[in-house]
Amino acid sequence: MPDTSPARAAPPPGPRAWLGQVVLYGLFALAIGVFSQWPPYRHLDADQALIKLSFTHVGKPVGDCRTLTAEELARLPPNMRAPTKCPRERSPVTVEVDLGGANVLRREAPPTGLAKDGASAVYERLVVPAGEHRIAVRLSDDVRARDHAYQREATVTLAPGQVLVIDFDAGKGGITLQ
Amino acid sequence: MRRPTTSLRQRGLRAWRALEGGFDAAFGSALNPLRHLGALGFLAFWLLAASGVVLFIFFDTSVAGAWRSIEALSQWPLGLGRLLRGLHRHAADVLVLAMALHLLREWLHGHERGFRRFHWLTGVPLIGFVFVGAIGGFWINWDQLGQFSAVATLEWLDALPLLAAPVARNFLAAAAVNDRLFSLFVFVHIGVPLLLLFGLWFHIQRLTRAAVMPPRALALGLVATLAALALAWPVTSHAPAALERVPEVLRLDWILLFVHPLTDATSPAFVWALVGAGTLALFALPFLPQPARAPVAVVDAANCNGCRRCFADCPYAAITMVPHPNQRIGRLLAQVDPDLCAGCGICAGACPSSTPFRSAAQLVTGVDMPQLTVSWLRQQLQLQLATSRSARPLVVFGCNHGAKCADLGGADVSPFSLLCAGQLPPSFVEYALRDGAAGVLVAACREGGCEFRLGERWTAERLSDRREPHLRTSVGAERLEIVFAGPGDETLLQAGLERLRRRVQPLPPDANLPTRLHHA
Repeated sequence: MPDTSPARAAPPPGPRAWLGQVVLYGLFALAIGVFSQWPPYRHLDADQALIKLSFTHVGKPVGDCRTLTAEELARLPPNMRAPTKCPRERSPVTVEVDLGGANVLRREAPPTGLAKDGASAVYERLVVPAGEHRIAVRLSDDVRARDHAYQREATVTLAPGQVLVIDFDAGKGGITLQ
Repeated sequence: MRRPTTSLRQRGLRAWRALEGGFDAAFGSALNPLRHLGALGFLAFWLLAASGVVLFIFFDTSVAGAWRSIEALSQWPLGLGRLLRGLHRHAADVLVLAMALHLLREWLHGHERGFRRFHWLTGVPLIGFVFVGAIGGFWINWDQLGQFSAVATLEWLDALPLLAAPVARNFLAAAAVNDRLFSLFVFVHIGVPLLLLFGLWFHIQRLTRAAVMPPRALALGLVATLAALALAWPVTSHAPAALERVPEVLRLDWILLFVHPLTDATSPAFVWALVGAGTLALFALPFLPQPARAPVAVVDAANCNGCRRCFADCPYAAITMVPHPNQRIGRLLAQVDPDLCAGCGICAGACPSSTPFRSAAQLVTGVDMPQLTVSWLRQQLQLQLATSRSARPLVVFGCNHGAKCADLGGADVSPFSLLCAGQLPPSFVEYALRDGAAGVLVAACREGGCEFRLGERWTAERLSDRREPHLRTSVGAERLEIVFAGPGDETLLQAGLERLRRRVQPLPPDANLPTRLHHA
């Protein structure tokens, strides 16, 4: 009977093969061990800090509300006779950030939704040198108004690696720094 | 003029085979990890699942407790916690590496097309599942690395204009992160691997005897290596997450998290474009112009006795058994699905009707390959032996995908290159000897290296009486040589031929084998 077992096709490994296996397993382990934690990665330089500007905010309607006339109200079904009619579309929200008097960011966030009646959202990152900064943030949420509805100025000292979050919360008076 | 993609693939294949040859020298062909990449990926998945279940038992799914519970693993006696954690992490590394190499190997071998298109297309989405599951694992720990990965991932997702509000806002400040967030983490890290498992089932469901575990020695070697690595070089946590600070220096797992530095170095849009283009390219590859598919196996109902051997041996589950049209109760008939058939001929080698000893002048077997029928093989064998001027002619049955047998030296050699070594009905060996051959050499691809997965294995088992149809025991072992020689292994084949030639030289004509009568 022919001996065609795998042992015949592949004779038991000799010392050189065993050594080769040890070396290859070792190199494999070394490669995984090394590249699973090396080289170290630094997301920011050691003397940098991060400012995150992020908010979601619903802008003001793009137009004024209008009082319906008696004839217009009469044409409406009785259950829909609201005395005023307001435009559904919302204003885009515009935000500007100055650092040390210089403008470093300006974003105009359009309202979301097919009818443009949703909130405007912003998420931006600003990498800045650590240290003291004079920050001015201006936010406008009404296309009918010329001035910014919300403003906030502050002097902050950012430690290396610190994250300063600029958010918007109308319930807390508008622009917040945290 | 050859297309650049073709030459690139051919150059890559040559380099790959050279690498495989190097590993063969250390591991042997049967245990060569480069021939078991899919199975190694499965092993890594099983390791992840087993270690993950234990880790989850001790995991505190809360913002405050997650980091502490994982850190507490380092206090377990005998380094068991370190072992468990290291195995879990490094198994993920192995899974990614095995997957990447598996993808490369299959592409180099042109396995994205033809009947393998299904396997390729079902494999592509698994890449995404693997990375999503792996990256989510870092978040669970909720240390600085997890914080960095979570924020970076969500900022990357926000680059797509899909959501009304940026999801990265969920990580603006510590107050925004609560225990319920860990439900999301658990979904990502456990739910997605479950999807991966489901996808893997699709990926291999058209394979017979799919290898979901590598050979035992290889599995033990890998587990031992990972265990030693886990103990010698423990995986440790960074400081707990603190969203008011940017993590400074990170010990990044570059195998699993390379996408984050890549995004930082380029832009989220660039990485999205890269991922999108890469995914599209992988999905498109099977649909590019390709060589015509090989003819598929054909069943002859009159000669199929429904023995199910072809059904058992088909590597791609292309054969099913259906009621025989002769309507005899219990009689079955093999039926070939042309979409699944690889055209390897292994079924013809398995068919008991393929025996050349049948007296019919035109040998028609139960299942056969139109491009290389057993009848043609018998006819050519008769012709070659009848016209051989050698006193001791040698017959070589080789494989189109293995070492080339057509160029073997010696006027005494009659080579026959088959679609696969598995196409050879074992009775052809005895038939050749009875017809005047002094010896027969059967050349299959290296163990684990068969183009059609199982051809070399079935050949060896059939010739050693471990599988039906088997070679009759009356055939002397000294007259048969089996060589496992893949493409480029012509020297191995030549050496095997020399061994056979030396062995049969002093042998007298085999008295046990009566001379066969040629069929008209």
